[in-house]
Amino acid sequence: MNRVRKFDLSVLAASIAIFAALQGMIFTGIIGPFWELNIILICINIILAVSLNLINGYTGQFSIGHAGFMAVGAYTSAVITVKLGLPYELGLVVATISAGFLGFLIGLPTLRLNGDYLAIATLGLGEIIRICILNIDYVGGASGLMGIPRLTTFAYVFWIMIGVIFFIKNFKNSAPGRCCLAIRENEIAADTMGINTTKYKVLAFTLGASFAGTAGALFSHYFFLAHPASFTFMRSFDILTMVVLGGLGSMTGSITGAILLTFISAFLSDFPEWRMIIYSVTMIILMLYRPQGLFGNKELSLKMFGLGGKGNG
Amino acid sequence: MRKWKKIASAALAAMVFASVMAGCGGKKEEAKSDTVKIGASFELTGNVANYGKAILSGAKMAFDEANAKGGVLGKKIVVVESDNKSEPSESGNSITKLVTQDKVVAIVGPATSGCVAAGAPITEANKIPHIAPSATAPGITVDNNGKVRPFMFRACFIDPFQGQVMATFASNSLKVKNVAILLDSSSDYSKGLAQVFQETLEKAGGNIVVKEAFLSKDLDFKASLTKIKATNPEAVYVPGYYEEVSKIIKQAREIGLDVPMLGCDGWESPKLAEIAGKDALKNCYYVSAFSAQDTDPSVQAFIKAYKEKYQKEPDIFAMQGYNGGLVVIDAIKRAGSTDGTAIAKAMAETKDLPVASGKLTYDANHNPIMSALIISLDGGVPSLKEKISL
Repeated sequence: MNRVRKFDLSVLAASIAIFAALQGMIFTGIIGPFWELNIILICINIILAVSLNLINGYTGQFSIGHAGFMAVGAYTSAVITVKLGLPYELGLVVATISAGFLGFLIGLPTLRLNGDYLAIATLGLGEIIRICILNIDYVGGASGLMGIPRLTTFAYVFWIMIGVIFFIKNFKNSAPGRCCLAIRENEIAADTMGINTTKYKVLAFTLGASFAGTAGALFSHYFFLAHPASFTFMRSFDILTMVVLGGLGSMTGSITGAILLTFISAFLSDFPEWRMIIYSVTMIILMLYRPQGLFGNKELSLKMFGLGGKGNG
Repeated sequence: MRKWKKIASAALAAMVFASVMAGCGGKKEEAKSDTVKIGASFELTGNVANYGKAILSGAKMAFDEANAKGGVLGKKIVVVESDNKSEPSESGNSITKLVTQDKVVAIVGPATSGCVAAGAPITEANKIPHIAPSATAPGITVDNNGKVRPFMFRACFIDPFQGQVMATFASNSLKVKNVAILLDSSSDYSKGLAQVFQETLEKAGGNIVVKEAFLSKDLDFKASLTKIKATNPEAVYVPGYYEEVSKIIKQAREIGLDVPMLGCDGWESPKLAEIAGKDALKNCYYVSAFSAQDTDPSVQAFIKAYKEKYQKEPDIFAMQGYNGGLVVIDAIKRAGSTDGTAIAKAMAETKDLPVASGKLTYDANHNPIMSALIISLDGGVPSLKEKISL
């Protein structure tokens, strides 16, 4: 137990160091606005990827409706700050809770489905959320909710990201987290062992959805608007790609996938005609040679480099 | 296997590290003194890539022509393209890159209002003039409080303008006084147009005899049309999209309502003639910004040049892109510098600038006032009826 705490503390110390370094570089202008934007986008994508990993990787339920929950978070927080004039922090909290609540409501009936059926149900769900927003005039309908102030700062995104990562890591190591892993390995066996599978599946789904809501709130308050076109199923697939690329069930994998894909996308923006080709070729090669993703379901650790000892959170 | 894994993860770590380093370095690239960089952020991939590409082709043509004549301020124009994947947050990303990495002096694009709205706060914060060739949402050039955004412009006319044009055409050219309106009550576009049309017509001494409404996706309009017919109007204004309009025109002719039908750019589609039938389209007119039959020399010159350059017919988006490019070039010339604030000021003062579709002047809200075309649908073929300048 002590060893785990020590490890957590060292990771926390490393995060503080990384934060100080990045914030310093942003402050002094070594990192310009474009890369600052992409670093913030990376942090948002990491939150999305690790929260989807909780559902898809740890619990083994194939959900592809993450963009829908992100949209719920983006819009509820924007309504709170823009329409009601309340503080941003409240917006973040309400976005998290409302997306989680929706996840809970939807998880109850749909998580009785398995595999492909669940995937289709969640895909449809994401689209339903988007179409509903598209038809609500109060939030701008098809033209989106404009005029959102840029309240998301690097500090907000970074520490929320660290918080989410720690939460999910600790969840995985807790008793309910172990139940989720058991469900992934074999649902029938888990059921036989007396695990209430529905309860833990819904729990993981709700947690994942609520963090997607947080990410949506951070997202809409950085990009000045919440627009239905930002939350299409392509966004869900992007997040899923990050998780699968890094390895389903590996948190460090999800983080690496999010960093890698966001950077690739930013670098290739100068070559729009090549972007999709390079992107897809990368995916095909990876899936051919490493179908389990970069890390499989292992965690990246310094042991991998033969250094032994501590790992990297 | 172990070794393989080690190598893979080491390579991965190296890649991530390298990309971070590459990201941090190489950003302070000063614009070369003999070029003027103009950013073009468009939907080059994704849902609406066809709009983005058409506008970009038009804008590039404008810049190439200017370069052939020696550029602006004695410098060559360099267009820096950037893709936004038809997605608003990517548009913010792409415009941030153009403004802060490439140090462009002005931005042209994107095509859709959502993507423009995501980029507008960025260009405004960096004091870079920004022209959106085809964004029609009213909230683009004015903020939530109705204050005009000093750096934001557009190169297409907005919806209310079309209503004014059609009302002017009805009272001046068709010389009608009593007009009925049949509007789509489920669309803001339609309601807005109907209101402006009514105001303009009443100001010109006309009169709205009856106002009927339908909902989009309706199939049967005969009840409304019969009511309209009973009031003996001289013309019917139907602001809506071609899907419903085509059925409305068809059913109106069936019940013997043969007066002129007037419309808006939502009518623009080959489907209209297909569904309504050629004969029903006699005396039907709509407003458009572009027609290949426009005999105006500037339009014909544009069409000819575009065909030579790209070997295809230009569409309205290409024209709007071209106009947007011309506005930027003109503003830089008149500003006499590449300073964003100076260019934006010159752009706001644009007056009677010859563009592909006639002359362009900006109003106080940075919306262009330019001539619009009345297209007649006689025989099912769109043909230019009249050019109206307000």
